[in-house]
Amino acid sequence: MMFDVSIGKLGRWATAAVLLGGLAAQPALAGDMKTYPAPEGHPLSEIISGYEFRTPETQALQDDDFENPAFLWVDQGEELWNTADGTAGKACADCHGNASESMKMVGATFPKWDAKNNRPVNIELQINQCRTEQMGADAWKYESSEMIGMTSFVRTQSRGEPVNVDFSEGDMEAWKAKGKDLYYTRFGQLDLACSNCHEDNYGNQIRSDLLSQGQSNGFPTYRLKWQGVGTLHRRFKGCMDQVRAKPYKRGSDEFLALEVYLAYRGVGLPVEAPALRN
Amino acid sequence: MMFKPGIWSGALLGAVLTAGVAVAAGPADYEIVDGGIPKALTAQPGNAENGREVAINRKLGNCLACHAVTKLSDQPYHGEIGPPLDGAATRWSEAELRLIVVNSKKVFEGTMMPGFHTTEGLNRVAEKFEGKTILSAQDVEDVVAFLMTLNEE
Ligand code: HEC
Ligand code: HEC
Repeated sequence: MMFDVSIGKLGRWATAAVLLGGLAAQPALAGDMKTYPAPEGHPLSEIISGYEFRTPETQALQDDDFENPAFLWVDQGEELWNTADGTAGKACADCHGNASESMKMVGATFPKWDAKNNRPVNIELQINQCRTEQMGADAWKYESSEMIGMTSFVRTQSRGEPVNVDFSEGDMEAWKAKGKDLYYTRFGQLDLACSNCHEDNYGNQIRSDLLSQGQSNGFPTYRLKWQGVGTLHRRFKGCMDQVRAKPYKRGSDEFLALEVYLAYRGVGLPVEAPALRN
Repeated sequence: MMFKPGIWSGALLGAVLTAGVAVAAGPADYEIVDGGIPKALTAQPGNAENGREVAINRKLGNCLACHAVTKLSDQPYHGEIGPPLDGAATRWSEAELRLIVVNSKKVFEGTMMPGFHTTEGLNRVAEKFEGKTILSAQDVEDVVAFLMTLNEE
């Protein structure tokens, strides 16, 4: 019978695959990866920063603020923090003072529910709200170097703080649920969901890339491939491009929902911005 | 820490369920018989040499993204997502291999492996690829010919 034969086949290659796959995966996983307990209801039992999946060389570059090229953007952000802009003639510093104090928790607690606009905002959207509503300045383009610089500067103030987003406010749970839907939806000509790569296969090699859990705690991130720092939404777009899907727009509700859901998947991981990736 | 070892040990039920169902998807017509596609998609017989290139090429099969193949050990970076393909020809008939490449979901329910010659059930495909299959009918035949040379475990 067809079925019996098939099970026989399955047994044989599955065993070989487990053996080979297991061995091949060893070197990458043998190094003691730092793990954190997953938050309640999480599909995995432990969560791991993308940092742990990179080579010692890449990690060393990230660890050294003087070598990490992302600090060019952080420095630009710091300069803008202290520069007045817009009709109100104010700088961020005029309202928020010393960023190392006022912004310390921001990077760990965003995206955050915005009651006035009845939606969550991430750091990028919050920065533009401050610019248009408080400073009388123009909104920055989502992926402009000013926006990336400022977001990098702000999030870097939270380095080491565990991600701790409040999902009980407003409709955060509904946004998280929408993000979860997207996370498990297969997209594109290659018909793959985020979960296929980052939940089912983290720790496995996909050709030259070692798959991580696709966590967001390191963003904004400098990528050698980008030769610059990019936003989390740029990474989402990259992953959707890879599977030959039509990506959502950066700053769109869909990507914001994904960002909210990823924050949940990474609750407890330390903020590591600005991270360095290949 | 723990990683699931055999996530690909998905159901082979599909092979049984779809036996004998005629499907007209993608540019080439084909018929599924007993969990395989017995009839070649093209008149020109598959060329294993070309098939080797299709399996390697990142813009075509990119089979190495997910599978290790000892015969291709001159190539760097073999994936660990699916089982190694060594000995595939001893485990599957040519007809079964053709269906696995054309639309793996008919053989392995819920598999991560893309269907390389189908447009069935796709979502938000980039404009450039809309209505198109990843591999042409001839690419499929070539890759199947290459798989048929993998007769050593
Ligand atoms: C075909 C496989 C694949 C799919 C599908 C995929 N990704 Fe990725 N993703 C990668 C690879 C490869 C990398 C780079 C290595 C790594 O960190 O995993 C990556 C990196 C990331 C990162 C950066 C992680 C870090 O620490 O720098 C995030 C965040 C991410 N992906 C989110 C997503 C989301 C959200 C989706 C769904 C919209 C998705 N990915 C779909 C392959 C994929
Ligand atoms: C994105 C990942 C991915 C890609 C790309 C991929 N496969 Fe697979 N393949 C798998 C997985 C996973 C399985 C195991 C089936 C399951 O899900 O249970 C598999 C199974 C197979 C099998 C049956 C296993 C055996 O050897 O007994 C063959 C044959 C195969 N693939 C051939 C190919 C060929 C040829 C290509 C390229 C044209 C390819 N695959 C590309 C993921 C992939």
